[in-house]
Amino acid sequence: MRARKWVLVVSAAVMIAVLGTVALLPLPSGSRERVFEIPPGTWARRMAGEKIETLPDHIYLTVGVRDILVLKNQDVVPQTFGPTLMMPGQSFTLPFERAAEYQFACTAHASGQMTIVVDPYPATPWARVSWRARELLRRL
Amino acid sequence: MRIRHLWLLLACLIATTATGAFKSGVFDPPRQAPEFSLQGTDGQTLNLNKYRGKVVVLAFGYSSCTAVCPVTLHTFALAVRKLGPAASGVQVVYVTVDPERDTPARLKQFLANFDPTFIGGTGTEQQLGQVRKDYGVSAKKLPYENTYVYDHSSFTYLLDRTGRIRALMPYGHSADDFVNDLNILLRE
Repeated sequence: MRARKWVLVVSAAVMIAVLGTVALLPLPSGSRERVFEIPPGTWARRMAGEKIETLPDHIYLTVGVRDILVLKNQDVVPQTFGPTLMMPGQSFTLPFERAAEYQFACTAHASGQMTIVVDPYPATPWARVSWRARELLRRL
Repeated sequence: MRIRHLWLLLACLIATTATGAFKSGVFDPPRQAPEFSLQGTDGQTLNLNKYRGKVVVLAFGYSSCTAVCPVTLHTFALAVRKLGPAASGVQVVYVTVDPERDTPARLKQFLANFDPTFIGGTGTEQQLGQVRKDYGVSAKKLPYENTYVYDHSSFTYLLDRTGRIRALMPYGHSADDFVNDLNILLRE
């Protein structure tokens, strides 16, 4: 009975410690860019019949943390990449300042659409917990 | 020596602040905007070459559009007003995706609702199709009740004074964002 009580107390303490750490850990302070590339040879592989997705259907960004979308065309032909036509060797850097869901026409996708979801800056400890949980789920 | 370094640092800081950051997406390296030759709403041939020396705001749409185009053009008009005298260095060019309905006269009347200095461009389906291809613009004709609508790209290109495509502003940005970016290009 006493052992069970201790297990509960320790579990609760561990949970509080984890939540506290997740809530109070500083947000990533490195580059705010999220980079996607069309690698060299993409066009040749497509011409050979391969189905290649260079961009995910949904891209997730967060204001103040990772809020700059960078698209790079490293291939040898112009490509419609995300919202725009890009020349070989060209890059396109698009900053986002407002949290919202942005829809772009994108011929790279079967749906013809690309969605960029920009989350608000997780200012409060609870918002950080929620943001980190979402980030984890999206990676899984 | 130290004071000189401080002045240098201050000058760099001022220069950085003055340059500012684009609110729109920027291209690196910028490419020359593909030239076109369309029928302008001013009765003349519309091409980009005649606007060298000006910053060009280039967008695509059509006068029967009820959702996106009026908002975009209203935003341009607001931005131009906010620029004040500097607006003389800016030219808004609006190319139709709907040559069937957008005659030069109709397009001119439509644009005048927002700003009479805006220039519209129209042409044959083939000409406009080539322009859209060159700029990566999509326009899909869809049946709607007894008529049709276009599902079209809603972004705006910003061209610098030398005619290079410098930036792409997605739909939904405010007039202030346009003013910010146009000022950057006007100062160059």
